[in-house]
Amino acid sequence: MATELAASLPSARPQELHRTARAEQVAKFWSGLWPKLAAAALAVGLWQVVAWSGWKPAGLLPGPLPVFQRLAQDLASSDFDLGIAITLRRALFGFGVAVGLGIVAGLAIARFAPVRAAIASAILGLQSMPSIAWFPFTILLFGPNEAAIFSVVILGAAPAIATGLIDGVDNVQPLLIRVGRVMGARGLLLYRHIILPAALPSFVGGLKQGWAFAWRSLMAGEIIGVASHQLSIGLQFQSAKIAGDGRQLLALVIVVLVIGIVVDRVFGLAEGAIRRRWGLGGNA
Amino acid sequence: MSNLLALSTKHALSVDRLTVAFPHGDRYLVALQDVVLEVKRGEMVCIVGASGSGKSTLLSVLAGLELPTAGRAHVHGRVALMFQEAALLPWLTAAGNVELALDLRGVKPPQRHELARELLGRVHLRGFENRRPHELSGGMKQRVALARALAQDADVLLMDEPFGALDAITRDLLHEELERIWSESGLTVLFVTHNPREAVRLGDRVFIFANRPGRVAHEVEVDLPRPRHLDSPDLALIAGRITHRLKLEMAGDGD
Repeated sequence: MATELAASLPSARPQELHRTARAEQVAKFWSGLWPKLAAAALAVGLWQVVAWSGWKPAGLLPGPLPVFQRLAQDLASSDFDLGIAITLRRALFGFGVAVGLGIVAGLAIARFAPVRAAIASAILGLQSMPSIAWFPFTILLFGPNEAAIFSVVILGAAPAIATGLIDGVDNVQPLLIRVGRVMGARGLLLYRHIILPAALPSFVGGLKQGWAFAWRSLMAGEIIGVASHQLSIGLQFQSAKIAGDGRQLLALVIVVLVIGIVVDRVFGLAEGAIRRRWGLGGNA
Repeated sequence: MSNLLALSTKHALSVDRLTVAFPHGDRYLVALQDVVLEVKRGEMVCIVGASGSGKSTLLSVLAGLELPTAGRAHVHGRVALMFQEAALLPWLTAAGNVELALDLRGVKPPQRHELARELLGRVHLRGFENRRPHELSGGMKQRVALARALAQDADVLLMDEPFGALDAITRDLLHEELERIWSESGLTVLFVTHNPREAVRLGDRVFIFANRPGRVAHEVEVDLPRPRHLDSPDLALIAGRITHRLKLEMAGDGD
């Protein structure tokens, strides 16, 4: 059966197949792209109409053109870029620590029943708590500095990451675990070869959610003025608001939006690649 | 201990008054009761029974996945187990699945790769090494599962209705391959099925299991020459008798 199949393959014209596949890929890419472009164009058009209507003074609600001009100007300034860099560095550091803690907590909960009984519901509770509510306390505890920001970013992100891992471990097919045990994988080997790879899709879902929490907590912290001695996106929001600079505020909104979309896309691609490799359906 | 060693020269596995019960509400559900059977080295033995006769439980106990409630189940040497589903790890390629079994057995990377190719060749899957499980047909998946079981270099291969979900022609081909591999390797095979013809096609002996609780009701020696054919009249005759016996067992059960 196997040999027959292999023999019949070359009879199809591979080049032609390849070309069709390529064309299909381009068509698929375009069919995903144009609605996004159209939606963006529509949003910018509406924005322009509202700006032209004179509903608010142009200083407060500028149209798209001056905002994009300002954005280009901002991006060319080293201070602005430094602010973005500082904010991204904080996000990555906080997220990185949250990943570490989330993995440790998640594994402990998944593996040890008493740990689960003790803290699993607390972790769920943490996840439903708006992380900005932590700021008064962490500022009191650490002062208005980066430590306060990081602790809130971590409190926001780590529970989501732990939950993704726990769900993944809990939902490994029992049959795969039996297979692993029959092959002689026990304890850590079973985790390394069977349970953790099987939990990976769910874990990446948790990472994606954790990043969203981290990014929101960070923006909240920076905008309410924690660690304001350093240039950051949040600080630039604050100073633009105080200066009543609508163009700058909207330019910053666009920056934050684009960073969010790009990171979400990266996680989406990773998720899709894993799902395909794992043979799971869906077009994530 | 001396008793076990005496057995080991002749027997690949021995089950002695094995009883397995699971808690079920406030009562116990007896899956197996006083099962006694022995399989000699190099033998291919089939167990046939209706669903709920504890066949799978017996294999789980023999594979060390389940503990006996009473009695003993002993396998001499290493044991591999194949399921009705291929249960391949979806994130690994066909070769990767086989290599994992080799890895867990302690085979070092350079030999691992070569050995995995060779084992896939033995189940006629040369050229499919880099396919992922979801790209393979049901029969091919079971071939990979068979190669993976062989990779464990077990002395005893336990098979739990491994071809139950396959179409008739694929199953026929896999019977031939299993028979070939078994006769080449000197492996001991304990094969569970609910299909009397399949049992007679493969087994040197067939144990008929009774239901609720599962126990050995009858033993049949199959002295037909190999290779056997599923639709040969001799085979059908024996299978017919086994079917009759199974029906009697189920009627006695009150079902």
